[in-house]
Amino acid sequence: MYGSYLRWIPRAASLLLCLLFWQLAASGHWNLGLVTFANVPTPLAVIQAALGLGDSGKLAQHLSSSLSRVFAGYLAALIIGIALGLAVGRSKWAEDVLLPPLEVLRPIPAVAWIPLAILMFPSSELSMVFITFTGALFPILLNTVHGVEGVDPRLIASAKSLGAGRRAILLEVILPGAAPSIITGLAIGMGTSWFCLVTAEMISGQYGIGYYTWESYTIQNYADIVVGMLLIGVLGMGSSLLIKCLGGLFTPWHRPRGKA
Amino acid sequence: MAPTTGKSLMSVMQIPEGRIDIRQLSIVLGEGPHAFEAVQGLDCQIEAGQFVCILGPSGCGKSTLLGALAGHLQPRSGHLKVDGAQVSGPSPQRGMVFQHHTLFPWRTVRDNIAFGLKMRGIGKAERHTAADEILALVGLEGFAERWPDQLSGGMQQRVEIARVLINRPRLLLMDEPFGALDALTRLNMQELLLDIWTRIRTTVVFVTHDIDEALFLADRLLVMSSRPGRIIEDLRLDFPRPRTTELVTSHEFSRLKRHCLELLRHEDGRQLPRLNPLGLPPENKLPRFAL
Repeated sequence: MYGSYLRWIPRAASLLLCLLFWQLAASGHWNLGLVTFANVPTPLAVIQAALGLGDSGKLAQHLSSSLSRVFAGYLAALIIGIALGLAVGRSKWAEDVLLPPLEVLRPIPAVAWIPLAILMFPSSELSMVFITFTGALFPILLNTVHGVEGVDPRLIASAKSLGAGRRAILLEVILPGAAPSIITGLAIGMGTSWFCLVTAEMISGQYGIGYYTWESYTIQNYADIVVGMLLIGVLGMGSSLLIKCLGGLFTPWHRPRGKA
Repeated sequence: MAPTTGKSLMSVMQIPEGRIDIRQLSIVLGEGPHAFEAVQGLDCQIEAGQFVCILGPSGCGKSTLLGALAGHLQPRSGHLKVDGAQVSGPSPQRGMVFQHHTLFPWRTVRDNIAFGLKMRGIGKAERHTAADEILALVGLEGFAERWPDQLSGGMQQRVEIARVLINRPRLLLMDEPFGALDALTRLNMQELLLDIWTRIRTTVVFVTHDIDEALFLADRLLVMSSRPGRIIEDLRLDFPRPRTTELVTSHEFSRLKRHCLELLRHEDGRQLPRLNPLGLPPENKLPRFAL
């Protein structure tokens, strides 16, 4: 038996090993040919930088500005992504009209949006929200489309035979049927939304984790860069986990198959 | 007042519902150059309250006929009437049971069964009482709170049948409902179905390619030819009810079985792809635009 509690041991050990490798490589200024750790700050330096950021009293402001931007962009992506996804998945007409422009927009990276976002939106705050929105939109949209198209047509036929109208089919069959896939899209979208944050906050004037990371780079404060990177990683992971847990509460019938 | 009400109620009770009238029915499946007639010029009358089995080789169009009766497929020509009204689109009056269950995985057994009542706008307490009642009828008391995935194949089909019967349909349409079950479970389900049918009387149209099953269940047996489907034999089965498994070893049963085997053997061994009540089996679609 490989109990669920026992699994935390290798997980923690794996993280510790990575940290150990980092400490050794950075303090020893390893040069591995292709990559060199000569100028990489050590974990201890990073921890000191993190404590420094905590003491400066700006951490809360950085965090709250970033969180509110990600939250606003993500919420908009959630509403628009699911609505468009349902339309594209259910109607051939909507697919033909909506999908081609969306497919052209999808590969455009967040950085490329910066100039237009500044021109298009009245405030830099809104431009930043827009850029996190573009990051989250496509995973949510595509997973919703995928989920809607994956609903068994026999279930829809059965619902019709039991007296369900169009509205009931959407609410009782399509949405719950697509829910597991939509939740996967939401978890991925949460990650990409954080992913785009640094890009978005290049526009920012003073606050935000992304801004902090970018600013540390411009003033060559390497330990601070890593603090910013780790903060984004941890926050992104945490919010994705939160989405997954919430999703699990909404889909109690859905149990992903374990590894055999 | 009371006697008249009683009398009118009686007269309502005496008109059995679920009479099927099929005239010159043709159904075309597929599109463009791949279109073909799955059912061609089919004529048939089925009386209200009859248990009719349709027997035929794979791909002969028997499931297609069922799909048209349910309203999932549109006939190209001819007409299809239930109690004098043209069939147009699915309706809770014509319940459908597929080979593999179509229970909603996101609803408990009880909520699955009560779905039809919910669609009619009946309150929660009332529909739960009705669901529990019919759940007992199919022998699944105590399973109301389970998810469909937690039941065995036989239990899932029982829930499926209960979910259709809660609407008191005129027709119960069944597309090889026990085809995916093991032999023993299938026998139990056949007896259970007959038992339920004596309590909730509706017209049953039961599609199968199992001769024993058809002979055991039906009042009337229609044998269909290979594509395009036509009716090539129409047998009345007068075995007394209630029927038990001893019937299948009787002399008359064996004689009829031999007769059916010969009929089906005459249909040359062309292997046709299986059809289903929603039309053609799903094909591998071309990859869509950049997804």
